[in-house]
Amino acid sequence: MKLSTLTELNAERAARRPAIVVTDTASGEQRLVKAVEVAADPLHAELSKQLRMGKSASIEVDGKKLFLNVYAPTAKLVIVGAVHISQALAPLARSLDYDVTVVDPRTAFASPERFPDVPLIAEWPDVALPPLNIDHYTAFVALTHDPKIDDPALLHAFARDCFYIGALGSKKTHAKRGERLKAQGASDADIARIHAPIGLAIGAVSPSEIAVSIMAEITATLRLPKAAA
Amino acid sequence: MLNRDQDILQAAEDWQKAGHGVALATVVETWGSAPRPAGSSLVINDDGTFLGSVSGGCVEGAVVTEALDVIASGQPKLLEFGVADETAWQVGLSCGGTIRVYVEKVGA
Repeated sequence: MKLSTLTELNAERAARRPAIVVTDTASGEQRLVKAVEVAADPLHAELSKQLRMGKSASIEVDGKKLFLNVYAPTAKLVIVGAVHISQALAPLARSLDYDVTVVDPRTAFASPERFPDVPLIAEWPDVALPPLNIDHYTAFVALTHDPKIDDPALLHAFARDCFYIGALGSKKTHAKRGERLKAQGASDADIARIHAPIGLAIGAVSPSEIAVSIMAEITATLRLPKAAA
Repeated sequence: MLNRDQDILQAAEDWQKAGHGVALATVVETWGSAPRPAGSSLVINDDGTFLGSVSGGCVEGAVVTEALDVIASGQPKLLEFGVADETAWQVGLSCGGTIRVYVEKVGA
């Protein structure tokens, strides 16, 4: 790989823009295709398919073996609520290579003693969330149980098209939440995007086990084909 | 913690700019139950220092050796590892899968 290609690739990755490196593994010929250039590329169909799946693959075009290496941005996890579950969830998500941020305006909860080594923002969602540049490569969980905090946070997550949105609460709590969010302009499709009750049903009881069920559900949403997720 | 591909590529750039010979090894194809998916990579410098992985640790040693050749020659190589290659390579994948690894010099 040319140093210029590598430098350009690292710049795209730092800016959280997807990119694909196309390599002819027989000749060594190589080029970088940025996400914005995919539509105009001769391999447009193949590139957009791999980009959508976030998966690298070898393909054959005109008798040439090409390797399409897809560089999707590092997934982020934004946790709203510096609660007990979050204390287990944050380190677990970091071990799975997520960039984790915890947001909670209640300073008694959002304390560095409770969350060592995790970026912590003790502000309301309307202040804390916009600078985080939440995007499609972000998983978003609302765990405070407090509508004053969770509701505006979820509205922000809808607007930013997060790949996973989850919220803590029983079916009954969630039904009420749906009504409140719709009154604030959310659509039925937005509400349907929320995973609630949050997490895969694995019989989780302790905060750590609930954290495992949440990360399992996020992983399934990220990795399984869309129809099965 | 696992090495992120992002850190790996940044290390490749940093090592190269610091004057090291650097090679990048990338899984380009897998068959069967391969330990790491296509796109997984390992970066190696001329000290033999490496970051990342292309398998569960089964073939990294052989890839590093090949990478040092690639750094010296500048010519990319396509390596294949699998059960059938155990005698040829003295290393194989215990999981029973097969992987193809593309090794290229950075700055070539």
